[in-house]
Amino acid sequence: MAKKIAVETTLNGEETVFLCEPRQTLLEALRDNLGLIGSKEGCGNGNCGACNVLLDGVLVNSCLVLAPEIEGRSVVTIEGIAEDGQLHPLQQKFLEHASLQCGICTPGFIVSSKALLDDNPSPSEHDVRLWLAGNLCRCTGYDKIVRAVLDVAEGDA
Amino acid sequence: MQALDYVAPNNVDEAISALADGGDRARPLSGGTDLIAQLQEGRLGLDTIVDLKRIPELMAISVSSDSLTIGASVSCHTINSNQSVRDAYPALIDSTHLIGGTQIQGRASLGGNLCNSSPAADSIPNLIAHSVTCHIAGPNGRRSVAVEDFCTAPGRNVLGNGEFLVALEFPTPPANFGAAYLRFIPRNEMDIAVVGAGASVVLSDDKNTIQSARVSLGAVAPTPLFVQEAGDALAGQPVSEETLATAAELAKDAARPISDMRGTIPQRKHLSAILTQRALRIAIDRARGTKTVDELGRLNGHG
Repeated sequence: MAKKIAVETTLNGEETVFLCEPRQTLLEALRDNLGLIGSKEGCGNGNCGACNVLLDGVLVNSCLVLAPEIEGRSVVTIEGIAEDGQLHPLQQKFLEHASLQCGICTPGFIVSSKALLDDNPSPSEHDVRLWLAGNLCRCTGYDKIVRAVLDVAEGDA
Repeated sequence: MQALDYVAPNNVDEAISALADGGDRARPLSGGTDLIAQLQEGRLGLDTIVDLKRIPELMAISVSSDSLTIGASVSCHTINSNQSVRDAYPALIDSTHLIGGTQIQGRASLGGNLCNSSPAADSIPNLIAHSVTCHIAGPNGRRSVAVEDFCTAPGRNVLGNGEFLVALEFPTPPANFGAAYLRFIPRNEMDIAVVGAGASVVLSDDKNTIQSARVSLGAVAPTPLFVQEAGDALAGQPVSEETLATAAELAKDAARPISDMRGTIPQRKHLSAILTQRALRIAIDRARGTKTVDELGRLNGHG
């Protein structure tokens, strides 16, 4: 087995050092080594978006990132979305619109939606649906998710 | 995933050494959206991953008077976010906006899309339409290859042992140049092309004659196809539906697709003509700086 590597990163705003095997994905390191189990493994091959995180502010599938790659970089996971114990507006609106059922896809949708609103604070419905095309939900039919995101966007405008 | 070593060289020479040390069981990594997925599925037996993203040359976008050079590991997201690239190369953005979803574009690189060498890769017909040159480094030094000669079979290309793609060089478009990429998929997003078509034109100063053109097709042969005869047939011809239809027929003749779960041979042949014609219309529109193409890709409502 390959030797473990020490990785220094900024994780949800905090300087963090962790050990990982070079073969581990960022998703595995987050869940198994760091105890951050909010990011979910849906497909494990980049199709479903349940593991979405922000890597230097850019939306990525953490199942398709090797953990050693994040050396010196900044990662925000679903655990870093709420601030000061207050739900992020997206989290609040997902609750109000009942935008989840089983909840497995929800962390990915919240992180992906945050990346959208960071990029474009007032998206159209088409923009939201296009942006979220890489996040799969098998329960809700997407409408409630799209409405929640648009509600936050309109709230910001 | 199997155990492996990870190295992240800081320059091209270190990367060449790392790949040479690892031999057949070492592979370069850029965005990982193909490579890591293949590793997860156990389809590759590797011992060493050589991450190229710490090498400045592979992560740079540089513009000179002659060309635009995009480092092989630059992500689609970075390309999409670059306003000068968006302005000068709208057809490139046609492709980089189509490769996977937002979270794939955050990592997937143009160079990786080429090196994965899928017959259906969404960037390659476009790179061919733009006459891109591939710059390669390896144990025997550097060399360059025209992009239409890069892919050799499904998943295979001209890269030899220990070689890797460094950058893609786009010649600066001449005056009155326009290009476009279109693909057909049965859904709105997130699918693999049934057929893809890239086209570019250079028009005369009055913008009514096609001086030269290039046409390329994806997903209709073992490699992306450069349909040189279609472009040649357009050279010197007036901009007209009849001219474009001639080129479209030549593209259809050049296509030699298979039938599979995504489409049949007759459907793909048909789409090769339709998409070539529509891509040419958009390319002409962009060359003219006008908007004669409607939302269905029809020139002045025709087709």
